[in-house]
Amino acid sequence: MTTAAAHSAPAKPATMALALQRAMRDAMAEDPTVHVLGEDVGTLGGVFRITDGLAKEFGDDRCTDTPLAEAGILGTAVGMAMYGLRPVVEMQFDAFAYPAFEQLISHVSRMRNRTRGGLALPITVRVPYGGGIGGVEHHSDSSEAYYMATPGLQVVTPATVEDAYGLLRAAIASDDPVVFLEPKRLYWSKAAWSPQEPAAVEPIGQAVVRRAGRSATLITYGPSLPVCLEAAQAAEAEGWDLEVVDLRSLVPFDDETVCASVRRTGRAVVVHEATGFGGPGGEIVARVTERCFHHLEAPVLRVTGFDIPYPPPMLERHHLPGVDRVLDAVARLQWEAGS
Amino acid sequence: MTVQELPGAAAYRPTPPPAWKPRIDPAPLLPDPEPHRVLGTKAAADVDPELLLTLYAQLVRGRRYNTQATALTKQGRLAVYPSSTGQEACEIAAALALEERDWLFPSYRDTLAAVARGLDPVDALTLLRGDWHTGYDPRERRIAPLCTPLATQLPHAVGLAHAARLKGDDVVALAMVGDGGTSEGDFHEALNFAAVWQAPVVFLVQNNGFAISVPLAKQTAAPSLAHKAVGYGMPGRLVDGNDAPAVHQVLAEAVARARRGGGPTLIEAITYRIDAHTNADDATRYRASGEIDAWREHDPIRLMEQELTRRGLLDDTVKEAASEAAEAMAADLRQRMNADPVLDPMDLFAHVYAERSSQLREQEAQLRAELEAEGDQR
Repeated sequence: MTTAAAHSAPAKPATMALALQRAMRDAMAEDPTVHVLGEDVGTLGGVFRITDGLAKEFGDDRCTDTPLAEAGILGTAVGMAMYGLRPVVEMQFDAFAYPAFEQLISHVSRMRNRTRGGLALPITVRVPYGGGIGGVEHHSDSSEAYYMATPGLQVVTPATVEDAYGLLRAAIASDDPVVFLEPKRLYWSKAAWSPQEPAAVEPIGQAVVRRAGRSATLITYGPSLPVCLEAAQAAEAEGWDLEVVDLRSLVPFDDETVCASVRRTGRAVVVHEATGFGGPGGEIVARVTERCFHHLEAPVLRVTGFDIPYPPPMLERHHLPGVDRVLDAVARLQWEAGS
Repeated sequence: MTVQELPGAAAYRPTPPPAWKPRIDPAPLLPDPEPHRVLGTKAAADVDPELLLTLYAQLVRGRRYNTQATALTKQGRLAVYPSSTGQEACEIAAALALEERDWLFPSYRDTLAAVARGLDPVDALTLLRGDWHTGYDPRERRIAPLCTPLATQLPHAVGLAHAARLKGDDVVALAMVGDGGTSEGDFHEALNFAAVWQAPVVFLVQNNGFAISVPLAKQTAAPSLAHKAVGYGMPGRLVDGNDAPAVHQVLAEAVARARRGGGPTLIEAITYRIDAHTNADDATRYRASGEIDAWREHDPIRLMEQELTRRGLLDDTVKEAASEAAEAMAADLRQRMNADPVLDPMDLFAHVYAERSSQLREQEAQLRAELEAEGDQR
């Protein structure tokens, strides 16, 4: 949403948390039908303080502390959306969203379809997800594959401060439900970004090339983007010129940007924290293989979390795909047929 | 305390500080000791004859709808029909207690409530016929889609009522659920949210005795389902669900209370499902025929006829008019349901998202090509 704001204030480092907060504030200010609800979102401002100040600024009716019940939070949001509001729901942690799965899958995702387009539900479900912050059990899941498997949902995950703002604005403005996955270990990542500056609102469903390269493509999103950028930097020393594609949206999936990149480079690695088996990477590899087979110099590889329940915090560094694991995969791209 | 306590255990029991007291005296929230009844009581004389006659005509129509839809199932025109024969009074009297601006949140068995609210009888069967999931725009008659998962529509009713109140509209939501549905988590969450938010919602539990085959005694240990209201901090009411004016009275009171800002009410209507759960169910496996016979004596239409006769309101003309109107509805329903619906397979992609993704466009093209190939073969 480009506004004619003053360009006087120089951009200062801002966190992703601030950008998300600003996105909700701006959306609420512009559209009185935008309501935020969830456990602890009001007085406390959320356990990550993402909704900090919204209740004070817009009142308890616009930013509501609900009873502690995820199905109830999302279920009441369905009714609110039926009456013309745009609920932005916070699920406090990834694994806390599971009680709301039935509402999400049986109602939120399919109300438009069920009613032949008569009733759409413009609900944004914010889910802080992923590990790397030393959270105890049930606080670090990467649950994106569950959401991706449900037709009717859009699944969006920003990796930068700018996208956190732009994509959350787009999600709230969307007439269809969006599961908005917030990589919580990037909440405190910073960028020179001023909330006073005009900020771009990105359309949902477009991937972006974060780093141009010629030797191979790293396809990634959310918390794994910084890992891939660091790996690309390190790979330069080995003579690898890696391209990094940030998906930003898992549903809808931007085949065009991804496949254009893989056709240029001929090699690809998918990197994410979620489990490999049945994880998002399987879908991505299949799509790339189906579309780019004749351009591929090597099998498309995956670097993912292990196929285990998310590990306890003292062991999570062994589970999370890091720079070395990405570089190992890149080395394996020097694949020769028959070898 | 019947629990045997270990020596010294009392010392560890947390004692609330002296200032603690229950926030609400539960006594006013306790439901009626006996189901509220009008028919066969002195109160029946006070019921508006117009209302009695309307309820009667609608009950006859509703019964006919149930038998017609059941017949359509046997003819293979409906995949399934969960009959509400025996429960027509709950369905119809509840729906008629709403104003046009109110919303109804029905479960899959509540087709009669939707039809009583003005929904086209054919549209109420679309889900069960299988040509689409909801055959109507919910906003037209303010009827949410017939809900198949149990109790999940209850939080929707709370959210809608809450939103309406935030917008300053005096809209009430009526949410219907069966006795089995009260065991679901969504039932609990909806009632809790409604009470905390003081949302203008009326919850109607139609206790028809069985959740498919499981009797109420295996469903809950509560003294009554209406008693559950106490724990949420809302009034509970108990009503004879086969007594149409009683249901209408209790519902109308709860709706009026919600509308004036009094918050939600939980109503349990005691009724009985005369037919099996659906045509896929064999009710003889779990209940005795004697039980059904007793409930047939307490049939909602029969009770109304007795009352109307007592009041001198029922003669052959009234009976015939009700019966003819019901037959006309059934004939129209039969005729329209016997016509094969015209379906466009391309509609499969029409309403998934506001905008079709490239993936859906590809699949749409695939289906179109398949359809064209089929057409070429014919």
